[in-house]
Amino acid sequence: MNERYRLPYANFTVAVLAFFVGACMALMQALSRADLPLPLRSEQIYYLSMTAHGVLMALVFTTFFIMGLGYVFARTTLGQDTVNERVGWISFFVALIGTVLTAGAILSGTSTVLYTFYPPLQAHPLFYIGAALLVVGSWIWCWLMIRAYRLWRRDHAEAAIPLAMHGMLTTVIVWILATVGIAIEVVGMLIPWSLGITTTIDPVLARTFFWWFGHPLVYFWLLPAYAVWYAVLPRVAGGRLFSDPLARVVFVLFILLSTPVGFHHQFADPGISAGWKLAHTFATLAILFPSLLTAFTIIASLEVAGRLRGGKGLFNWIARLPWDDPLVSCVILAMLTFAVGGFGGAINAAYAMNAMVHNTAWVQGHFHLTVGTAVALTFMGTAYWLLPRITGKELRLKPVAQVQPYLWVIGMGLFSIVNHVTGMMGMPRRVYDLSYGGSPVAAAWAEWTTISAVGGVVLFVSAMMFVLVVFATVVWGKVGQAPAFEYAVPLDPAEPRASVWDRMGLWTVAAAALVLIAYLYPILQLLSMERFGSIGWKPF
Amino acid sequence: MHVDLYEKFWMWLSGVLLALFAAAIIYTAAAQAIQPPSHVETIDPTTSRTDPRFVSLGVTETADGQQVVVMAQMFAFTPTEIRVTAGRPVTFRLTSPDVIHGFQIVGSNANTMVIPGYVSQYTITFNRPGEYLIVCNEYCGLGHHLMYGTLIVEAPGGEG
Repeated sequence: MNERYRLPYANFTVAVLAFFVGACMALMQALSRADLPLPLRSEQIYYLSMTAHGVLMALVFTTFFIMGLGYVFARTTLGQDTVNERVGWISFFVALIGTVLTAGAILSGTSTVLYTFYPPLQAHPLFYIGAALLVVGSWIWCWLMIRAYRLWRRDHAEAAIPLAMHGMLTTVIVWILATVGIAIEVVGMLIPWSLGITTTIDPVLARTFFWWFGHPLVYFWLLPAYAVWYAVLPRVAGGRLFSDPLARVVFVLFILLSTPVGFHHQFADPGISAGWKLAHTFATLAILFPSLLTAFTIIASLEVAGRLRGGKGLFNWIARLPWDDPLVSCVILAMLTFAVGGFGGAINAAYAMNAMVHNTAWVQGHFHLTVGTAVALTFMGTAYWLLPRITGKELRLKPVAQVQPYLWVIGMGLFSIVNHVTGMMGMPRRVYDLSYGGSPVAAAWAEWTTISAVGGVVLFVSAMMFVLVVFATVVWGKVGQAPAFEYAVPLDPAEPRASVWDRMGLWTVAAAALVLIAYLYPILQLLSMERFGSIGWKPF
Repeated sequence: MHVDLYEKFWMWLSGVLLALFAAAIIYTAAAQAIQPPSHVETIDPTTSRTDPRFVSLGVTETADGQQVVVMAQMFAFTPTEIRVTAGRPVTFRLTSPDVIHGFQIVGSNANTMVIPGYVSQYTITFNRPGEYLIVCNEYCGLGHHLMYGTLIVEAPGGEG
């Protein structure tokens, strides 16, 4: 183990453990969908495991992985001394203690509130306190990333920010803007209410702060994945980055547009007027633009790689890509999946069409394509790329790592397509049992869900293959020369220079202004009404 | 900033695509009045069962159609069975005395959150007579999957 990577290594370890437990929870849900008379099968276990799966996968696995990746990017692109090790460990332990508290609260059965924890469902106070600590830990990490950038900037006044770090700084800024919302909800509303300091809570206000956070949360997941697509993939595939400046434009657009979109999750909420929902709809449509741009740049970069590897003609370059490299296959499959998930997202965000899919199985089908594949599969590929570089050990069980991404996409295809179909048929999400008193409509859903259960089992096998490769490499990996960290070189040979797209402070201020425009008036409007709060309920 | 010609073309194409999406939304919202349920009205959840607005639950005839008042609570809709007439606008009014619920009439566009402290309201016309399943689509506790009801849309004239 290279001393310099102990801190990211610790973060990755927690991420993989959370992924392992989260995947086991998913298996229980998948088997429930098949309606098998399993031992231990009950409502309690089903909804508890769903809460644990959501929290561990969406909040713990992602946050720790991203923090680890941030340290690696900062050290390898900005300089080894830019990361303050001691503060990094404080961040790690604060986030870890938070995770343990929240996970404990869930597993004790006192916090079966799902990972959206909408009040007036009331969890154990430690559920909220743990979640707050996880975010505080990530804030310390944010400060470290910004500090690393500032230290580097002092000696590199004219240079463009290394692209991997540009993407990571974007992630940091989006996260800071997003977590203001969740901090207000959790610290200002949920913690005092769960401790009995306040007696009631306004669920619509809480949901508004939650979704202020909840949508940019998906870009907190996605942007580090994009950083890998832009700054790592072209290199590993043997090509060049097609356009460096457009990559920066894409990241900046995400800073601006990630947050003022949250009402598209609240289309069906009373208490929020239609005009603001429509305004957030347009911002949501606009945020599809940087992803469409990404599709072009990454595919063009891959074409460059395929042609440099001897590809001829219109399509032969595709065959020349190194499909047996687990990073390359993970990322390409993640991208293809994301193309489907992205258009599904456009349907969710469509003001009028949303009513057809809101809170149906369609929604879980959608986000398992986006965060569950575009992000998670990219992170798995990134882990295969990182492990030898930070541990100095060769990847063990490489054939398993080569097959695993394909299996993931097959499993996700079965799981997700079925969820889209049953969602269109009206099947609600997050339900333990589909009998609905023998309703023929519900019986038609149940004919499909067995397929999604099979998909879930395939996904579980793929997840375990990933965990196995990581475990085997760490424990039995042959120690050798660690490969160097090498990032993609742009097609244009001119050294990129600092431009307006590197002015992170400027874009942060602009983004904060957009957040105020999007939220200040609707929140004041809510606060100005005569409202009646709710006491807490624990129907679990 | 140099941008490749094909990429420029792609950017314009993407922009046009998104503009078309936006235009479709504006058109349906403005010309066909298709809006998500966005009624703004508050109610005290601790006294909503005795609130005059929610004392008589069920269907009543109004000048231009029918009004259905529904209480959504753990883990049932009251009334469980709702009968309305096809082809006439039906206005649903809902609230919850406990946690958040969903009210989704499967096979229609009726889909709203029911949030304690607030009154959800929206109007819809059912053109197809028949029996519809109503489900709660927001997790509300361990009995969430047991929370459902029936909507019966009868053909005009009452022959059902």
